[in-house]
Amino acid sequence: MWALRLAAFISVITTISIVVILIKESIPFFREIPIWDFLTGTSWTPNFVPANFGVLPLIGGTLLVAVIAGLTAVIFGLASAIFLSEYAPDKLRRIIKPILEILAGVPTVVYGFFALTFLSPQLQKIFPEMIVFNALSAGLVMGLMIMPMISTLSEDAMLAVPKSLRDGAYALGATKFEVAVKVVVPAALGGIVASFILALSRAIGETMIVTLAAGASPNLTFNPLESIQAMTAYIVQTTLGEAAHGSIQFQTIFAVGMVLFVMTLVMNIIGRIVVARWSEKYE
Amino acid sequence: MSTTADHNEIAEAASSGASPQPPRARHDRNMRFRKVRDAFFYVLFVSSILVGIGALAVLLTDVFIDGFRFLDIGFLTSFPSRHPEESGIRAGLIGSLWVIGMTALFTIPIGVGAAIYLEEFAADNWLKRIIQLNIANLAGVPSIIYGLLGFAVFVTAFGLGRVVLAGALTLTLLVLPIVIIASQEAIKAVPDSFRAGGFALGATRWQVVKTIVLPQAIPGIMSGIILAMSRAIGESAPMIAISALVFLTFSPAGPFDRFTVMPIQIFNWAAEPNHDIQDVAASGIIVLLVVLLTMNAGAIYIRNKFQKRRE
Repeated sequence: MWALRLAAFISVITTISIVVILIKESIPFFREIPIWDFLTGTSWTPNFVPANFGVLPLIGGTLLVAVIAGLTAVIFGLASAIFLSEYAPDKLRRIIKPILEILAGVPTVVYGFFALTFLSPQLQKIFPEMIVFNALSAGLVMGLMIMPMISTLSEDAMLAVPKSLRDGAYALGATKFEVAVKVVVPAALGGIVASFILALSRAIGETMIVTLAAGASPNLTFNPLESIQAMTAYIVQTTLGEAAHGSIQFQTIFAVGMVLFVMTLVMNIIGRIVVARWSEKYE
Repeated sequence: MSTTADHNEIAEAASSGASPQPPRARHDRNMRFRKVRDAFFYVLFVSSILVGIGALAVLLTDVFIDGFRFLDIGFLTSFPSRHPEESGIRAGLIGSLWVIGMTALFTIPIGVGAAIYLEEFAADNWLKRIIQLNIANLAGVPSIIYGLLGFAVFVTAFGLGRVVLAGALTLTLLVLPIVIIASQEAIKAVPDSFRAGGFALGATRWQVVKTIVLPQAIPGIMSGIILAMSRAIGESAPMIAISALVFLTFSPAGPFDRFTVMPIQIFNWAAEPNHDIQDVAASGIIVLLVVLLTMNAGAIYIRNKFQKRRE
């Protein structure tokens, strides 16, 4: 019995450890660099002299890729969800859903490889001035990765919309498209928004696609054709690099990890609140 | 009032007010527009799905075309090399099998135990709600954060070093939420009448769990475990933080050996500017995907076998 209880408590211990480790390991860093300078600085050059530790370029890089991914995934994911929930016969849905879910099971390093060695060279034919490491191809491929998340969660939300709402709209003479877009989607909007937030949070925390394909140049830009560096990619680069354990360069990964942890946690909590608010309506 | 056309005209008249056109003509044109719009969006929705499926097909085709060049038995039995045709994934393959094996060893008892505790024993109070909320939150923590945690706790504080055991413990924490949530769902799906039947025969709670609930829940639990292991075997970021090795010319022989895993090797090859070495990465991806596919096929087989026995 005590063993079972301990097993359940390991999850609580894990959370506490994450918070403690991130705080403890980044305290020495924040003694050197005031937290305000870290959060508002626009230059990230930890390995240069003089070193700058403004995290905004890393956050900007992360968000640029995540927004591209989010837009791609919400367009295709939502359209897929509408098709699966409102149009597809049951048989077809049972074939298509597992295929889409394969996309969510492909290891991220495979997506990174795909973005770097296939999509980037293809996109370079359209944008000849673009270098091979860029935010656009990383974002598009990441969109492909999170699309099944949006389509599955949105479809669940749409399937939960009572049939009577659809019937009511049909009785008023609405067409299938009008029922789907003017009745079902608004009724399921909470679930759809939540799926978008959760997918965006996944995109922010994703590591291998941005490490392989988005570049390693911390660069505060809104231009998707440029090379950037995401927070996760910076952490990987530093763990692989020569930064000595205990040096300020090494401590940065915990400070950056803290920003990443807080951002994804807040988004996940918001996503869950949205789901909870919305599901009360029909139950 | 009996046809939908009437409804539309009434609605139209109400919304647009007076108009120079006769209502019937306006209605026909409006209806034609709505039908065209319906067809247009139908095509758009279908093509969205096709984009997703098509992209998956392109991805797999691209990997297989690139990867077949260097894929042979030698690829499985060789260590990485500067020469693409001599390079192999042996260190990563054996490392992955070690790490996943040990991860399963830790994850299965802890994950299933936690699920049994939460579903069958824990009182429904604030403490259970906190644990539940906490598990849901952990499932959303980026995997690289687990890498930092594993590095600081297992590698440094426990003094294990960058070894197989540290990697396996890190992956255990990473996939535990998946196993716990899936096992809870499977246990929840066992009807309460089954438990009541056991209690009526005088069984203790523990006997009911062991002889009635668990056998019924096993297929669902198994699927969750395999899903978690598939996730674990494809994880790169936390393994890079633990292992930090990308070029390893020996394979681990025990839990306290240094190691690399397949995704790290693939990452390293893919990051090389040399196109031949990038093709070696594709060969590595094929091996990784074959291992994943085998695991999932195994999961389906186990599930079917258990389900048949139940009927």
